[in-house]
Amino acid sequence: MRRWFDDLPKYADDSSWWPKGTKRCRPEIFLIWLGLPLTLLAYFSVGAVLCLALGLNQTNMNDYFAFGVWIVVDLAVIGLGAGAFFTSFLNYVVGKTELKPIVNAAVLIGFICYVGAILMLGIDIGQPIRGWFGFWHANVHSMLTEVMFCITTYAIVLTIELLPSVLDNRRISRVPEFGTFSHNLHTIMIVFAAAGTFLSFFHQGSLGGMFGVLYARPFAARGGLGIWPWTFFLFIMSAIAVGPSFTTMVVMITEKISGRKLTKHSVKMLMGKISGWLLVVYMVFKSADTLWWAYVKLPAAGLTFDNMYHAPYGFWLLWVEIGLCGWLPALMLVQEKIRASYGWMFLAMLLACIGITLNRFVFTIQSLALPVLPFEKFYSYLPSWQEWGIASLVLGFGLLVFMLAYRYLPIFPQEPELND
Amino acid sequence: MVIDLDKCTGCGACSVACMSENNIGVLHNETDKIRSITWMRVYQIDNGKSFPDTEVAFIPRPCMHCQGGKSGTPGQAFFQEGPMDEEAHPPCVSVCPATATDYDEETGIVSQIPTRCIGCRYCVAACPYHARYFNWYDVPWPKGSPRALSPFVSPRMRGVVEKCTFCYQRYQAARNKALVDGGEVGEMDYQTACTEACPSGAITFGQLQNPEHKVHKLISSDYTFRLLEQLHTNPKVYYMSKREWVRKKADNYVTRHNKFAQAAAQSGH
Repeated sequence: MRRWFDDLPKYADDSSWWPKGTKRCRPEIFLIWLGLPLTLLAYFSVGAVLCLALGLNQTNMNDYFAFGVWIVVDLAVIGLGAGAFFTSFLNYVVGKTELKPIVNAAVLIGFICYVGAILMLGIDIGQPIRGWFGFWHANVHSMLTEVMFCITTYAIVLTIELLPSVLDNRRISRVPEFGTFSHNLHTIMIVFAAAGTFLSFFHQGSLGGMFGVLYARPFAARGGLGIWPWTFFLFIMSAIAVGPSFTTMVVMITEKISGRKLTKHSVKMLMGKISGWLLVVYMVFKSADTLWWAYVKLPAAGLTFDNMYHAPYGFWLLWVEIGLCGWLPALMLVQEKIRASYGWMFLAMLLACIGITLNRFVFTIQSLALPVLPFEKFYSYLPSWQEWGIASLVLGFGLLVFMLAYRYLPIFPQEPELND
Repeated sequence: MVIDLDKCTGCGACSVACMSENNIGVLHNETDKIRSITWMRVYQIDNGKSFPDTEVAFIPRPCMHCQGGKSGTPGQAFFQEGPMDEEAHPPCVSVCPATATDYDEETGIVSQIPTRCIGCRYCVAACPYHARYFNWYDVPWPKGSPRALSPFVSPRMRGVVEKCTFCYQRYQAARNKALVDGGEVGEMDYQTACTEACPSGAITFGQLQNPEHKVHKLISSDYTFRLLEQLHTNPKVYYMSKREWVRKKADNYVTRHNKFAQAAAQSGH
C-alpha cells in the first residue's frame, strides 16, 4: 500500500540500518514522530531543573504526603515492566521457547521502565548527590535499601540482556568483533535471565514490603511470613501477572501504529494465558488479604474498614481495583475465546494494567492520606505541573527508546515473515 | 516525658523554646503548616459538644521516641522486649535506607543524622504522629541572624528530614559534666528546652525507668496514657488528663480498661 509520504523527495536514507526484511517510515516522518517524546522530555527538563535548583517545594508534596505521583509512577512502571524478567525466565530458564518472538520486546520495555524509574527517583530524593549513601551506609533492615540495590543491579542486567539486540543491528553486526560478542552473549543469556529473575523477584517484593512494614500506618500495614509482610508476596504476584499483559499491549499498540504485524497472535495469546492464570491466583490471595485486613488487622488497631475510605479516596477505588480491573480481566484472560479476539484481549490486558496501577496508587497515596491520630485532619493531594513534568519522563524516555529500537533493532524476529 | 494536658494552656512557649534551642528556621510562609517545621507541635482538640458544654484541650506533640514492641506493665519494665524481637523497633528507624536515623539503646532516644539523610522521606511516611519534618525550603535566615544560633546544634539543609531529639545536645553536655565531675547525670542536669519553658509546669522530663525520677511515678497514675497505644509503637512520651474525653482522643476507640487488660495479659498477670 502506497502512503502519502512515499512520493515526497528523499533527503536521507537510513534503510541500511533497518532490521533485515522490514520496512520503516521515511526519516523525515520519523523525525516528526520523534517530536512527541522530545516534547515530553523538554517538559521533564523544565520540571527537573526547577526541582533540583529550587527544591521539592516545587511539588505539591508535603509532610503528610511524603510520597506523591513519582512514587506511584515508579511502582507502577516497575510492576508493569516485570514482563521483562518473567518472560526471560520462562523463555531462557523454564524453556518456554514459544515466547522467544516477544522476549526482546519484553526486555526492551523492562529496560525503559527500570531506567526511567531510576532517573525519576534521582529527582525524588531531597539530596540527589547523596543517592549513593543508600549503598555506602546501607541499612540492611530497610526494604528500600533492598529496592535500591536490586533495581540498580537489575537495570545493569537488563542493559546486558538488551545488548545482543543492539549488536544485532544490521550495520553494527557487520563488525566481526561485535557479531562474535553478540553470539557469545546469546549463549550465556540464561545466566543473566536467572540473575534478573532473582533480583527482580526480590525488589518487586520489597516494593510491596515497603508498605507492609509500616506497622504504624494501618492502611498499609500487614502481617506476614517472617520478616516479609504479605504485601511482599502480593506485589510479586501482581507484577508477574500483569507484566506479560503490559508487554503484549505495547506490542499490540506498536502494531496498530506501524500498520505491521510484529508477532503471531498465538504468541500474544500465550502471554495472555500466562497473565490470566497468574492474575486469578493473585486475585484469590489479594481478596483473602483484603478480607483479613478488614476483619482482623484493622479492628486490632481500633479502626474499621469504613474508616479507611474517605472521598476522594472512596470505596470506588477498592471496587475498581479488585473487581473491574482485577477479577474481570482475570476471568476474561483465562478464556480462549477472549484471547482469540484482538480487541477483547487488549481490553482485558488494559484493565489488568490499570488495576495494578491503582493498587500502587492506593498503597502510596491512600496510605498517607489516612490520618492515624484521631485528632488529625484528612488531606488530599494533587500533583503540581512540575511533578507531572518529571513523571512524564518515563513516557518520553520510553517512547524515544522504543521508537529508535523499533526502527533500527531486530526486536521482532517474526516481523519479516508476517509481513511478506 | 510526661505532659499533663490539664495544665497545658496551649500557649506555645514549648514550641518557641524548641525552635530557639534547636536552630529551627522561620520560613517565608509559616501559615503553610503542612510544610513548616515545628518539632514541638501543639494540637488543639475539643470534646465535640456545643456551647456551653464545649471543652478544649491542647496536646503538645514532640517526637514520641518510640521503641516499638509490646509494652510492659506500669511498675515493671516498660520496654520488655529486646531490640531483636519482632516489631521491637521504632516505625521510622528500620525503614531508613541510609541509616540516617538510629535508636540509642542507652537513652532510648531516636536520633536523626541530617548530614546522612538522602531525603527519601520514607521515615516521614512511616511515622503516625507526623513528628518528622522534611525541609521543603531553604531557610531564609535574615542577615546577621546566624550569629544568634545555638553553636551546639547544626542547622539543617534543604532536602533532609529533621525531628525532635529530646535536646540531645543537652544530654551530651550533662554527660560530659558528669564525666568530669565523676558522678552520674542527675534528673535536673538534663532537661529539655520545652520542659524548662512551660510556664504552667505541664511537662515533666526524666528517666522513665529510674524510680527516683518524677516521671517514673507519674506514669503509674491511672490518668496517664499514650498516643496510639494499639499500634505497638511503644512511645516514651506519656500524657495525663483527668478528663475522660481527652484520654479517649488518644487512640482510635481504645479505652484505659482494655489497655491495662492487654498489658496484664502480656505480662502473665
